[in-house]
Amino acid sequence: MAFYVVQLLTGLASAASLFLVASGLSIIFGVTRIVNFAHGAFYMIGAYIAFTLSERFSGAFGFWGSIVAAALAVALIGVIVEMVLLRRIYHAPELFQLLATFGLTLMVEDLVVLIWGPDDLVGRRAPGFKGAIDFFGQNIPSYDLFLIVLGPVVLGILWLLFQRTRWGVLVRAATQDRDMVAALGVNQKWLFTSVFAVGVFLAALGGALQIPRDAVHHAMDLRIIVEVFVVVVIGGLGSIVGAFVAAVLVSELNAFGILIFPKISIILVFLVMAVVLIVRPWGLFGKPEAPARRTPGLTVNPWRPLTSNERLAALATLVIAATLPLFAGNYALTVGSEIAIFVIFAVSLHFLMSVGGLASFGHAAYFGLGAYGVAFLAKMAGLPMIVCLLLGPLLGCMGAAVFGFFAVQLSGVYFAMLTLAFAQIVWSIAFQWVSVTGGDNGILGVWPEKWAASPSHFYWLALGVAALVTIALRAMVFSPFGYALRATRDSLLRSEAIGINAKRIQWTAFVIAGTTAGIGGALFAYLKGSVFPDNLGISLSVDALVMVLLGGVETVSGAVIGAIVYKALNIWLVSQTDLSKLVLGGFIVLIVVVFPKGIVGMLEMLAQRRRKTSPPGSPLLAKPIESAE
Amino acid sequence: MKLTVQDLNSHYGPAHILFDIGFEVGQGEVVALLGRNGAGKSTTFRSIVGLVAQRSGRIMFEGKDVSVRPTHEIVREGLGYVPEERRIFTDLTVEENLEVGRQPKRPNAPYWTRDKLFTLFPNLGEMKNRPGGRMSGGEQQMLTIARTLMGNPSLVLLDEPSEGLSPKIVEQMVDAIRTMKKEGVSIVVSEQNLHFARLISDRAYIIERGRICFGGTMAELDARPDIRDAHLSL
Repeated sequence: MAFYVVQLLTGLASAASLFLVASGLSIIFGVTRIVNFAHGAFYMIGAYIAFTLSERFSGAFGFWGSIVAAALAVALIGVIVEMVLLRRIYHAPELFQLLATFGLTLMVEDLVVLIWGPDDLVGRRAPGFKGAIDFFGQNIPSYDLFLIVLGPVVLGILWLLFQRTRWGVLVRAATQDRDMVAALGVNQKWLFTSVFAVGVFLAALGGALQIPRDAVHHAMDLRIIVEVFVVVVIGGLGSIVGAFVAAVLVSELNAFGILIFPKISIILVFLVMAVVLIVRPWGLFGKPEAPARRTPGLTVNPWRPLTSNERLAALATLVIAATLPLFAGNYALTVGSEIAIFVIFAVSLHFLMSVGGLASFGHAAYFGLGAYGVAFLAKMAGLPMIVCLLLGPLLGCMGAAVFGFFAVQLSGVYFAMLTLAFAQIVWSIAFQWVSVTGGDNGILGVWPEKWAASPSHFYWLALGVAALVTIALRAMVFSPFGYALRATRDSLLRSEAIGINAKRIQWTAFVIAGTTAGIGGALFAYLKGSVFPDNLGISLSVDALVMVLLGGVETVSGAVIGAIVYKALNIWLVSQTDLSKLVLGGFIVLIVVVFPKGIVGMLEMLAQRRRKTSPPGSPLLAKPIESAE
Repeated sequence: MKLTVQDLNSHYGPAHILFDIGFEVGQGEVVALLGRNGAGKSTTFRSIVGLVAQRSGRIMFEGKDVSVRPTHEIVREGLGYVPEERRIFTDLTVEENLEVGRQPKRPNAPYWTRDKLFTLFPNLGEMKNRPGGRMSGGEQQMLTIARTLMGNPSLVLLDEPSEGLSPKIVEQMVDAIRTMKKEGVSIVVSEQNLHFARLISDRAYIIERGRICFGGTMAELDARPDIRDAHLSL
């Protein structure tokens, strides 16, 4: 019994930091509508700075002073980030901020290694809380008890801040209607900056408070960010109380899951999140959001099929790409194949995201399922390659059909989080079901047959499939199905009012996108000769998002360019420098700031500017326009 | 002049909405902006306070050019805006809604306190702690006006204050607008309801398809039934 009580208390202690970070994320999202991917990075920097300071300044005052000073310092960094970077992109298309903060995260990961080295750092114990308390023969660290008390105290302080101060009232008002707050004479800029500072302060404090419990290392950002997303979504975005309850729930699930369901402990949290989202799509304490007001500015230039000249140009480009084996070596061809495969992957996500308006954060699940499908068929059933390539993606298709059915019941951030949860579940199964999937060791020896074995032949195969897939999806964009899908994206209510079965259309789109991703995964399995759980991991899902956003969400062909640029740059950087994440992150941030409409969006704009002289207002600077009525 | 609008043009994306809008409001005047649904009344107001990004033209408020300044700065000059959709903060109580609107005292404008506003709108005083989301349409309309008055504006843009209200509440609204005028607030009120506008306004402009097509006193408007019928008949 005592053991279980201790386990409960350990869970509560873990909940404290999780709550601090999650409440910060929730507050920032509420007001600025930014899903701050860099929140984990701020948490990590907080831990690192607190470590350095507490090593230098001794004594109780030195330790606790270091914790607070670290959080304040990181909050200052947050202010600079907000003013220099985020202020420029508040009006950029949805999810662009996510891309920018993702770029920041990449940069921070390399920077902390540069400054603090790659090794784990073990911090000091907290003065006054070094011992443990005996509880019926079980030890409870007294620092854990401190954290258990701290959580509710911070919750109380935040509650007072939001209920009893003018700043809190303004923040709550801005959470609901930013423009109206401005129309009452409140300077939004400083409100946003201060909100961001408070949110980052909480994240950094959460990180700094971890140093007596855990080693500080350079991967702690991604570990916490996924958990924090889960907490915020379960609790309800924008709700502080929700963040607290969900943090406790998630921490206890982690603490007890390992005891009760050791096999599925990793996915337990995601299962709970999926259930919560299906039963209460806006989280336990959240409020159902009004359907997001689409900005009409986004569809200023309606999509059109390519003109005959453009078709010829595309064909010429394809022909030139097909001549690569004539002069390139084997390495370049392998890279070329990989890029072609990622074009397929990116195009499939683009179809879901840009055409369907559904941003999936777990698209790699279907890519990976396609890869595993091929591996199963080839290794276990011993089927020929062509059959595997045709049937393997069906696993992705089935996965998309099951998960998509639930996911399309939600929209916006919640949709993104549910897809993330599903991807995480699939990943955990691949990781833990060792007897079937080989677990972490993956499935090896999935090599192409002779006809496709040489790099040039495989390259042609990948290029050909990529071209076919791109053409097929493009054709679908301009088909009646594509029109209906775009209608559900632009106005769910109105499309339903004219008789479109919106959920069915979105579900179909999800399945199409998942199957297409599965085709990419199938090829990928043959390219690498192996399949690993990483093939359906979060980082691959994020890669796909970055490719689409980089090319330009609002364009039809952006994903192709985005995939080529991102993948080529990624492969090249990794071969050239140890700081590839820093450079890549910096590049992403730069793209976001300089070309807020993505690479293709920028090219289109330049072309348009040449055609027309001075359209009213610069589209680059044009703010989104709220309700045109 | 308190407010002068010249050559105001606005766009939503590629759509040209307002064409060379121009009008004036004198100190202490109540001016009606009349027009049908979709004529451009709300867009005119939104453009003046800078909520429409793509706009050009000159907007002079108390002798200062405010046409390129951000929304919150325009409002802080004393130009209050009451949106047609009311846009009450539904999670916030009546008092908190008023708090969001609060701005420092201004030398050339009447000073409003909570208590003074609760006298002007007695209903609000009885529900100080009620969340905005649990109020009737009429109560929300009072709250949105009171909230803007908390900023101590010297001029208020009132967008369709009588829309969707019961006759009894409309009467209260007329009284409130008259009181505001008596206190010295200049008012531009957009309306479809000529009867309501006549009860409160000194002068009127008619807007149709984004263009001003009439400007004059209420008496002058009454003398031109042709204009009235062409642009306002329901």
